[in-house]
Amino acid sequence: MALIIKDRNVVTDPWLRLELNTDGSLPPVPPSGDVIVPLAMWHGQRDQLIARPSRLGVWLDSHEEPAAIAEDLRLFGVVAVNFPKFGDGRGYSIARLLRERYGWKGELRAVGDIFRDQIFFLSSCGFNAFTLRAGEDAQEALGAFSDFSDAYQSSVERPLPLFRRRQPA
Amino acid sequence: MYRYDEIDQRLVDERVAQFRDQTRRFLAGKLSEDDFRPLRLRNGLYIQRYAPMLRVAIPYGLLSSRQLRTLAHIARKWDRGYGHFSTRQNIQYNWPKLEDVPDILAELAKVEMHAIQTSGNSVRNITTDHYAGVAQDEIVDSFVWCELLRQWSTFHPEFSFLPRKFKIAVNGAEADRAAIFLHDIGLQAVRDKGGAGSDGASPGGEVGFRVIVGGGMGRTPIIGHVFREFLPWPHLLTYLEAIMRVYNRYGRRDNIHKARIKILVKARTPEKFREEVEAEWAHLKDRPSTLTEEEVRRVEERFTRPQYESQAGDDAGHLARLAAEPAFAAWTKRNVLPHKAPGYAAVTLSLKKTGVPPGDATADQMDAIAGLADRYSQGELRVSHEQNLILADVRQSDLHVLWGEAKALGLASPNIGMITNIIACPGGDFCSLANAKSIPVAQAIQERFDSLDYVYDIGELDLNISGCQNSCGHHHVGHIGILGVDKNGEEWYQISVGGNQGLTRPGAPAAVGKVIGPSFSQEQIPDVIEKLIGIYLEKRESEAERFIDVVWRIGIEPFKERVYGTHHQRQERRNRSLAAA
Repeated sequence: MALIIKDRNVVTDPWLRLELNTDGSLPPVPPSGDVIVPLAMWHGQRDQLIARPSRLGVWLDSHEEPAAIAEDLRLFGVVAVNFPKFGDGRGYSIARLLRERYGWKGELRAVGDIFRDQIFFLSSCGFNAFTLRAGEDAQEALGAFSDFSDAYQSSVERPLPLFRRRQPA
Repeated sequence: MYRYDEIDQRLVDERVAQFRDQTRRFLAGKLSEDDFRPLRLRNGLYIQRYAPMLRVAIPYGLLSSRQLRTLAHIARKWDRGYGHFSTRQNIQYNWPKLEDVPDILAELAKVEMHAIQTSGNSVRNITTDHYAGVAQDEIVDSFVWCELLRQWSTFHPEFSFLPRKFKIAVNGAEADRAAIFLHDIGLQAVRDKGGAGSDGASPGGEVGFRVIVGGGMGRTPIIGHVFREFLPWPHLLTYLEAIMRVYNRYGRRDNIHKARIKILVKARTPEKFREEVEAEWAHLKDRPSTLTEEEVRRVEERFTRPQYESQAGDDAGHLARLAAEPAFAAWTKRNVLPHKAPGYAAVTLSLKKTGVPPGDATADQMDAIAGLADRYSQGELRVSHEQNLILADVRQSDLHVLWGEAKALGLASPNIGMITNIIACPGGDFCSLANAKSIPVAQAIQERFDSLDYVYDIGELDLNISGCQNSCGHHHVGHIGILGVDKNGEEWYQISVGGNQGLTRPGAPAAVGKVIGPSFSQEQIPDVIEKLIGIYLEKRESEAERFIDVVWRIGIEPFKERVYGTHHQRQERRNRSLAAA
């Protein structure tokens, strides 16, 4: 099984993430095992997916609306957000919406073009799990959590901005 | 100056360490060029035509003499002995080596400076009026608000990978000296005078901001739209976050030329976009990012303030010297601005000497200017977006001796606001994006207009040159704008008239210039400019009517005719050339 970072540890990943076929069609769902399905599959095969004996997760692509799963969150064991490219920053906003607006408390995972240099910001925005792209050293990437010792802004990780936490000089 | 506290300093130091590690991994082949690019860009490092270019942030253009000496030291040690002050109030070095950049950043960190977010698709250096804190028409001291925004935008976790770069300008005075209608977000400080604010809650005299969204230059110049006439200051950050979240989620990422917020605002219409922002803001309003009085006061108090001696009024000796020496009076008229403190003045040191690329300063000049700042202006100075340096707190009684020293340093060209105070990007001599050179064009114009009497007769005129559509030289808002264009591999120049950077005086709003016609070769430019000036001088009703006022009054057709001939002549010329072909 592949290694991922979860809650600042390197662990094996029990989940299988299903991706759309290159022609955009949906792949078959294995009869058992924990799967993370694309949003289109969740929308199209909702009842069959719920009827499976294993855990279920869903993943959003960077253009998809977190509101589309807001009512269903209690059914998922994990929510993942895809970063098709390193520079595509939509997933940061999606994560904050899932955490701060829709109240998702479970595993929030960043997948796609992910490597150590995004981890600090991703973590600030509420991601607690990371599937690094192929070839990245997960152990080495753990260092990214301490790239910075603090941050000015309010975020999921630090709801109070620095100015509400500073000790008066 | 804002003085860092221990956390501000630690974050900048951590950034240096982070970038040192990223550079090490890149040089060791562990990071690909594609992966390293966005990382180095957010530290101001471009790979340019001849070498890397490093852009160092000068937050809102404010510098101490100590910082300027460090900039001089960097120019000497790691570059070729000079730097280029840019239109975003930053400084650029054109010759550093990639492997030296971590050391340069470490040197900067020692004097509370950095290169954070000076490029890349993030919030860039916040710019403002270079007369902040000293102007007679001040509403608020915009530096305080700029510093609050600097902290908020530095390493913002949600908005560090935007569709495109994002520029915010703040103006704290009556006159707009920050081009707020030509930024992704422009903020105009407003004091609510008549009792309740637009939210019905703020008492009279409260500070708020007019929020302008979706302006910009570049390939598609657009004047920004007012989203809020009066946003009470506590809501500043949450409202900006609402705008940026809508942009981050829906801005185009498929085409770099259509990725700025102005394109999204236009595509959705300003009304719809504003509704989306307001809907988002309904969720963010009153959340922890809401600014507090304690925080505004804390930031205010971390600024060192100039100490003014109380003076009754204008200095008598200064007035006498003005009357006695016309050359000193001319310099004072053009390069010295009255100050809100009686007996003081703000002095512009011109970096526009003929023959020198606009905005360039040598290391020796920087050291010398640092000395001037220490002796005459309480150790501080500002960079203007017109690429000059400002000593903002000079005693009137010191002006004459300062003038003498500035002249000796080649910094006293008495041309601020005049045609020869050209704003120009580095252009094709340095920049790999440029279609054409800008510096030789600026020089040729300065040489043509070398008679000061003539320059003064022409009066106030902004002439801006950009080497390409990215419009770093702000050509769209020049009263005369010159744009380098590429035609089959040759360098040509397109000319526009009628642009204006902002509401610098009543009745003269921000405007985008109109192109007068087909482009010209480099050699033709001085003649063309002279023709434009010629028609202006003929048509103006008085000396008080500026070039831009005449363009707006009579339209561009007379200017076109002077340059290209009448419509009839143009038609005939076309027919002749068709017949010959």
